Amino acid sequence: MVSDLINANPVVYEKKERRVRSTPSCLDEYAAEPIDQLEIFDHLRDIKDPEHPYSLEELKVITEDAIEVDDSNSYVRVTFTPTVEHCSMATIIGLCLRVKLMRSLPTRYKVDIRIAPGSHATEAAVNKQLNDKERVAAALENPNLVDMVDECLAPTNGLAG
Amino acid sequence: MAELSELTRHIESYVDTSRSPSEQVASLRAITSLLKKNLLPIEILVREMGLYLTSTDSVIRCRGILLLAESLDCLSSKPLDTSTIHSLIIFFADRLADWKALRGALVGCLALMRRKDGVGIVTISDALAVTKSYVHNLHVQSLAQHDRMLCFELLECLLENYPDAIVSVGNEIFYAICEAVDYEKDPQCLLVAFHIVELAMRLFPDLYGPSDGIVGEIFDTLGRYFPIHFTHPKGEDVDVTRDELSRALMFAFTSTPLFEPFAIPLLLEKLSSSLPLAKIDALKYLSHCTLKYGADRMEKHAVAIWSSLRNIVFSSSQEPVLSFDCESVDGIGFSDDDIAKEALTVLEKLFMQNSVLFLNLIVNDEDINLIFDNINSYMNFSNISLQSKRKIHGVGCILATAARSTVFSCNRIFESFFPCLMNTLGISILKPSDNMSPSGKHAVSGTLNFGALYLSVIVLEACRDLTVGSAQVASFPTHETFCCMLERFSASLARDFISYVGRGNETSMADVFLGVKGLQILATFPGSFLSMPESLLEYILTALVSIITENFQGTLSWNLALKALVNVGSYIEKYHESKKEISYMVVVEKIGSLLTAAKCMMPYSRKLEAVSEVGMSGRNYMLKVVPRLEEAIFTNLSDLYVNGYMGPAENTVRLLECYTNKVLPWINNSEGFDEVLHLFVINIWNQIECCKHFSTRTEEKDIFEATMKTMKFAVSNCSETSHNAIVQKAYAVVSSCHFFSWNESAVNHVEMRGLDISHELKLSIRDRWVLSLFASVIMAIHPQTRLPDVRATLWLFMEMLLKGHVPSAQALGSLVNKFGSKANGQSTLDEAMDIIFNTSISHADSAYGISMGIGDKSTMNLADLCFGASNSRLLQINAIVGLAWIGKGLLMRGHEKVKDIVMILLECLSSKGGRHLRQDSGQENCEQDVSSSVMTYVADAFHIMMSDSEVCLSRRYHANIRPLYKQRFFSTMMPMLQALIIKSDSLFQRSVLCRALAYIMSETPLVAVLGEAKKLTPVLLDALLMFSKDNLDKDTMYSLLLLLSGILTDKSSQEVVIENAHIIINCLTRMVSYPHMMLVRETALQCLVAMSMLPHSRIYPLRTQVLQAVSRALDDPKRSVRLQAVRCRQAWSSSPVTT
Repeated sequence: MVSDLINANPVVYEKKERRVRSTPSCLDEYAAEPIDQLEIFDHLRDIKDPEHPYSLEELKVITEDAIEVDDSNSYVRVTFTPTVEHCSMATIIGLCLRVKLMRSLPTRYKVDIRIAPGSHATEAAVNKQLNDKERVAAALENPNLVDMVDECLAPTNGLAG
Repeated sequence: MAELSELTRHIESYVDTSRSPSEQVASLRAITSLLKKNLLPIEILVREMGLYLTSTDSVIRCRGILLLAESLDCLSSKPLDTSTIHSLIIFFADRLADWKALRGALVGCLALMRRKDGVGIVTISDALAVTKSYVHNLHVQSLAQHDRMLCFELLECLLENYPDAIVSVGNEIFYAICEAVDYEKDPQCLLVAFHIVELAMRLFPDLYGPSDGIVGEIFDTLGRYFPIHFTHPKGEDVDVTRDELSRALMFAFTSTPLFEPFAIPLLLEKLSSSLPLAKIDALKYLSHCTLKYGADRMEKHAVAIWSSLRNIVFSSSQEPVLSFDCESVDGIGFSDDDIAKEALTVLEKLFMQNSVLFLNLIVNDEDINLIFDNINSYMNFSNISLQSKRKIHGVGCILATAARSTVFSCNRIFESFFPCLMNTLGISILKPSDNMSPSGKHAVSGTLNFGALYLSVIVLEACRDLTVGSAQVASFPTHETFCCMLERFSASLARDFISYVGRGNETSMADVFLGVKGLQILATFPGSFLSMPESLLEYILTALVSIITENFQGTLSWNLALKALVNVGSYIEKYHESKKEISYMVVVEKIGSLLTAAKCMMPYSRKLEAVSEVGMSGRNYMLKVVPRLEEAIFTNLSDLYVNGYMGPAENTVRLLECYTNKVLPWINNSEGFDEVLHLFVINIWNQIECCKHFSTRTEEKDIFEATMKTMKFAVSNCSETSHNAIVQKAYAVVSSCHFFSWNESAVNHVEMRGLDISHELKLSIRDRWVLSLFASVIMAIHPQTRLPDVRATLWLFMEMLLKGHVPSAQALGSLVNKFGSKANGQSTLDEAMDIIFNTSISHADSAYGISMGIGDKSTMNLADLCFGASNSRLLQINAIVGLAWIGKGLLMRGHEKVKDIVMILLECLSSKGGRHLRQDSGQENCEQDVSSSVMTYVADAFHIMMSDSEVCLSRRYHANIRPLYKQRFFSTMMPMLQALIIKSDSLFQRSVLCRALAYIMSETPLVAVLGEAKKLTPVLLDALLMFSKDNLDKDTMYSLLLLLSGILTDKSSQEVVIENAHIIINCLTRMVSYPHMMLVRETALQCLVAMSMLPHSRIYPLRTQVLQAVSRALDDPKRSVRLQAVRCRQAWSSSPVTT
């Protein structure tokens, strides 16, 4: 990897305690539990930052509020905030988010990954790149990139979805 | 001579460093065995080894000395004479100077020093020589770890066994200790080193003048280790924990009061450390030091200690969560953190040691007084800042600790603070003559002040704890100051508390909580201390009861009041407060009468909760409450029988459930309720006996079932003796019913003619109740109970089970399970079996059976019915179900007759059995249907036999259960069923057989099944696929799936799994979408994860199939299934797959 880090000393935030779902889910055998914000967040929170041994949650790259879900219309939008404005890792992070959701969500979903407005220098370019399926597919053909993504997605503590 | 040459060989092999360690050990063993057997005197050994011991080659010398030392170590129990020991110890002591060959010398010294009295020990003068040599020659810290350990052990041994020798060495030993311990870092060595310091300091309780320097020096060495910071990774094989080290160091710290000038400042300094662990350690040490150093020495530090402890308590890092919920009524309403707790422990010790001094400190403390001065700023709980809450909590804790420690300090706290608190609350002394009715509660003029209320409750609680604790000791001086003060204030306090509870709803829950708690505390003061007028106690109890009866909408206050009432009750019961019990009994009566009070608006479930909770707080109360409950049950039931009951049916069900689920288990654990239960059961029977006509509403299924359950529970909890009476009574009622066709005159008739079931006997509602309750009684009795007429009972149940009354079948199963083989003149099991199986049964359609040529009898027996001898399919099914329950009874006791039953069932399953039905039948298809559904019932029979039933035949109902009966049954049935499966000629028959085997498998413990995994896996998969077609057998399916996952994860069955990987995956991928049970889908996905561990080449072809199934599961309606699916997908896609 790069010898000098983009953001050598990121601010690490405390992990939010995992919210335990209040109602036991087995009350009604046939009741549906729609996919919600927290579930998506649980999928994403443990993804490792490409250059630090911290999770995206700890670096506040993603938060629960930055996820919009509409289960009935099969739509998810994840807005993430890179730690620094010029972060070149932003595309990698975005790619990780997309791959993770691709693997965790039903195929009916349309996933939108965006950089939080104003948090990155080349925001538009990155957004365009992340939501262009041709370019995503091409990126996943690149073994180096795939390795990098897989490393970030590797389950850390068994809790990662 | 041969021996000598052999000895030389052994010695040489040991000394030679080029030999392997095992050879060296072998030669050491050979030499010691020679020594032990007296074949070789130790002197000869020494003489033979002479050269090795004194060689100038240090390697050889080292090995030589070590050999001698090691062999001495092995001779610890062999007697040696004094001169030998003397010369050896002097030799080793001398060798301590030889640093190149030190190991041997240390081992030798240790071996000799550790010898027990009676086999020759080292004399004191020799020990002195060792000590001197040790002090002069050893430089412990320059040695390696193992040698250092030996040095420490030697010193420890000297201190323990030869204190006199050490004492005569004098102060020099301390320098040696300091030098040895200084900078030691190995945890094992440190453990011994701390112990050495402890021992040494005890040996010199009063080090004289100039040794002051020594003490300081030793403490300097020791103090560096505090607090123990120990970060050994767990993997390393160090068997010393931080706690052990810390404790050892603590004992060293407190080994002598001389350490006081050094230790206390150090500990106080560490109290301000930011490491929580250091704080806790410092506090622990401090409380230990307090005890060991004594009051005089601690006094010097009192002010400093007080101020640090106070700061810790005030600023306890955790948020003081004032949690006011039901659970915390028992203790203080705070969740404390460890540090503050530890600090309060220290404070308590200090109070006990030197009350006057520390009380002065508290009373004159500025911070505390500031809070009392500004108590008015703590008016309302919700308006207090976090900081202030913390402060007031701290003050509360400190005052409580002080008040709880001794009577003296309790007095002092009361004198100093109580008047102020009372003042703030606006409480004045009330004359006992004043009106103390609850109705006066609105007239109270008290000022609302959370802070004062909180502090007074806390102090009161501490004071109550003190008195309750010392009431046990009984050496308590009566009429202390605080008692007098309390007596004066108690009445007005109670009023104030009640007013807080009353105001609770509009203000905050904290007030309600404190109010109820205050009332509870006042009510639980031991009578010997606080001579509270009875009217006051009654006043308090009435107030609590009125909250319960009136304020049933408020969940918290209601729960709190009930809990307080229960606590008061159990307190009175526990401490035998006879005076208070009288008042409390009134409360129990009042609560009990709620059940029948129609006027009371309380919801019925709340009533039941209150009644049962209060009853369960003590035996005497329960004795009062149970009749009330039973009365309510009788009224409800008789209402039900006669009028069809006006009230809602749930209430009766709730009442019965409360009685069975809460009260009966409690009664079961306490003594003296036999009579009550007995009467209860008899009365139910009496009631039914009297009531001849039941109303139609009595058919309510819930009430019916609840009553049966209550009957069973109550009977099973009765004693054996009352069982006889109960059965007599029940039998009398049953035999008076008209469906009971048995009478003495008809005996011969029946026996001749057999059981005639051709009449479709319609049971009236009452008959159904009577019969079912009788069956319940029979299910729950002890095996030893005498039945009035066994044959009649058997006939009755036989008849009823054939008519489809399942409880009768269960009762019959229980009967055969409990029969003794030859007990006091009763019918034996064999006779019973004879009746069951050989009674001829006649039926209107029996001609059909005869025409089929089953035997040449004109009637049929139970087995024939199962084979379908009668034309009625319903009859056949009833017979099979009955047979299953009988079989269950036999199977559980391990009776061999169960084989016959199994044979009948298998016969039904095999083609022969099926043929009876198909033979000469015009309507082939229709018959096929009949036969198929009957066969399903046969398979279900195995389910009944194997599964644990809630209804009957369990430990609770005194069933006769043979250990491992399931395993046994499994191992006999498995080959039989498997053979039948192989022989089966139709698909349907095969599926039924599979089903039967699946039922057996699913109930057998996993271990037993794992052994047969190879044969069972295909059947298991077939059964799973079969069950997955509908939702009738969800639970069996789930347990089969668990079985499969057991097989998948077991190492021994790996081969089978690999062999069958294809069909297993086929099956699992279907289970993943089983719509009727979430757990099945989840487990199937987990099984798939387990499958992904199989060899890659085997599972690779299946990958696409699995991934497709899993990607469907990603859209599962249940969240946990989706989670598993994500995990499973991760496991199966070793390289990323893009979809």
